[in-house]
Amino acid sequence: MTGVKGVLGAVVAAPLGWLARLLEAPLRLWQRLAGQTGMVAFFLLPNMAIFTVFVLVPLVINIAYSMTTGAALFLPERTFVGAAQFERLLRCTDYTDLMTCQEDQFWIALRNTGTFVVLQVSLLIVAATITALILNRALRALSFWRAVFFFPVLLSPVVVGLIWRWILDRNGVLNAALVGMGMDPVNWLLERNYAFSAAIGVTIWAHLGFFALILLAGLQAIPRDLYEAAEMDGTKPARVFWRITLPLLMPNMLVVIVLALIRAVQVFDEAYVLTGGGPGTATLFLTQYIYEVGFASLLKNPGLAAAASILMGGVLIVLTLLQLALGKRNERRGKLK
Amino acid sequence: MSRAIGFLTRRKGGTGWDWTDVFTFVWLGAAVIIMFGPAFWLVMSSFKSPAQLSEFPPTLLPYEAQAVVVEGYDRPLPLFSVTDDAGTRTLAEVRRVGTVAQMVDPENPGEVQRINIANRTPVRKVGFSWDNYLDPFLRFDFLTYTKNSIFVTVVATLITLLTNSMAAFALSKYEFRGRGFVVVLIIATLMIPLSVILVPLYSIVSGVGLINSLWGVILPTVATPTGVFLLRQYMLTIPDELLEAARMDHASEWQIYWRIVLPLTAPALAVLAIFSVVWRWNDFLWPLIVLSRQEVYTLQVGLNAYAGELNVQWHYLLAMTVITMIPVVLVFIFLQRFITAGIAGTGLK
Repeated sequence: MTGVKGVLGAVVAAPLGWLARLLEAPLRLWQRLAGQTGMVAFFLLPNMAIFTVFVLVPLVINIAYSMTTGAALFLPERTFVGAAQFERLLRCTDYTDLMTCQEDQFWIALRNTGTFVVLQVSLLIVAATITALILNRALRALSFWRAVFFFPVLLSPVVVGLIWRWILDRNGVLNAALVGMGMDPVNWLLERNYAFSAAIGVTIWAHLGFFALILLAGLQAIPRDLYEAAEMDGTKPARVFWRITLPLLMPNMLVVIVLALIRAVQVFDEAYVLTGGGPGTATLFLTQYIYEVGFASLLKNPGLAAAASILMGGVLIVLTLLQLALGKRNERRGKLK
Repeated sequence: MSRAIGFLTRRKGGTGWDWTDVFTFVWLGAAVIIMFGPAFWLVMSSFKSPAQLSEFPPTLLPYEAQAVVVEGYDRPLPLFSVTDDAGTRTLAEVRRVGTVAQMVDPENPGEVQRINIANRTPVRKVGFSWDNYLDPFLRFDFLTYTKNSIFVTVVATLITLLTNSMAAFALSKYEFRGRGFVVVLIIATLMIPLSVILVPLYSIVSGVGLINSLWGVILPTVATPTGVFLLRQYMLTIPDELLEAARMDHASEWQIYWRIVLPLTAPALAVLAIFSVVWRWNDFLWPLIVLSRQEVYTLQVGLNAYAGELNVQWHYLLAMTVITMIPVVLVFIFLQRFITAGIAGTGLK
């Protein structure tokens, strides 16, 4: 531990400390000239300047972008078209057949993302809940088991995608195992349904530990005496789960569900490295659609990409507000107790 | 041994096997294989030669084909174990024509034997192809990618810690007009992901001339609302009396910030530093958009480009994936406690 702290100290603290000492004299002068208000401005300035330029301004002008057309990058050079980009995204001659939509790729990405969100989040939540319940069973070596599930969480999405691309390869180890058991090998990443399932499975693999950890914290906060009382009454385990564990876990559970939804809506990195959106458009998701329309394709259309990202942002804002409301409610409940 | 069995068969109440006990063991056992297995398989595969990687079914350990120097031949000849009517013996291959190989006995190189290739298997022993790791650094640009990734990670983390903590200090320890507004603004943007503002962000980064520059990767990511939020929550718990006492002793506001408040915020700073390192090291979508020239690629972008080639050179790719994984695995091994505590406490990742 001391070694790690030493390294962190040398890399992080030393240069910052040097900078801080350098600033001491000029800032004392500034404080005398501008007073405390001046100092507050100084403390806020760097962060808020970067925040404004790279987060706030883009948020605002994104709307302006979505109302323009053309390939020009800078806003003043672009042609105003009003809501035409949204119309192009959303118009279909027959809404029961996606192929009749003007931007069929967008609709395919939308359908894929919707399917992905429903399947991935429900499977992820079930798996994370089971994992948290098991980890909460006063296991020996709990920190080891927690580490087992948490290990993939920190891996980069590119690494996760490549690891699984290698395993799911036609001549990969999974097919070798299947053949070893007398089954036929499967073209995991080249058949539509398998590729889609692979995207779901791999993203669950990568994020399971994160959600299990939050749920575990919730489980550990449930007072033990409730379980002791239930045991004395001879309550069946299933009933204990439905009547005590689940209701008391609900606040954490809701937060976890919303967080998982927010993540799933933006699915990109792992899936993109794993399948590249293929085969065909089987695993084309919204973020990849935005990336390709705005940056990667030959016929770049930044306006269309901006419009699509605003639609996605709308979904995310609803989910975020939901999460904030849940957080507020939990806080209030905590205070009441 | 008996202790190990005792550990493995330990149950909840100690009386009889409950189905939940069985389920727990199955779940945890499967987890060890499914969670650790893939990374283990990656590391094993990364030491295999290209020929071995294309083998099906694959072997667990990396092997090297054996070769011997035989009198009368310039190059070392590959060794095979041959089993046919004449018994089992070890021969070296001179050349192969169709399904028939011309082979010699290394002890007696004068006489060339014709062997059907169905009757032989290569002689090999466990060996690691370190070239998989060396070549990408020596012959390709992976050294540059690694340097770029380290630069981005270190610089972005330093800037994040400094600017976020300054802002958090101002927002937690001073009363001023508009403070509530700024706090709400920061909380409101907590969950706005980069993917929603890609197009306008690109135009701004391009406008300030930072496309294909590592600074274009660093700057948009450093003013994290998450970091400001986390640090502010922590600083709110530091008593104001400490600051007042320092002011009595004529400490400047800057000194109060970096000599009193920052050291007391160390635990939260450590959590933010760890997360920042992992985030920046792993970033993919934004660098992918900003960096289009090879010499500024980060490792993640470089790996993706390499994996997207028509003929993927898996032996190099797997080795470089392992290299990319190493820093995060080290962070995981040494700092897991901080991370899990940070997540359980704040729900951020």
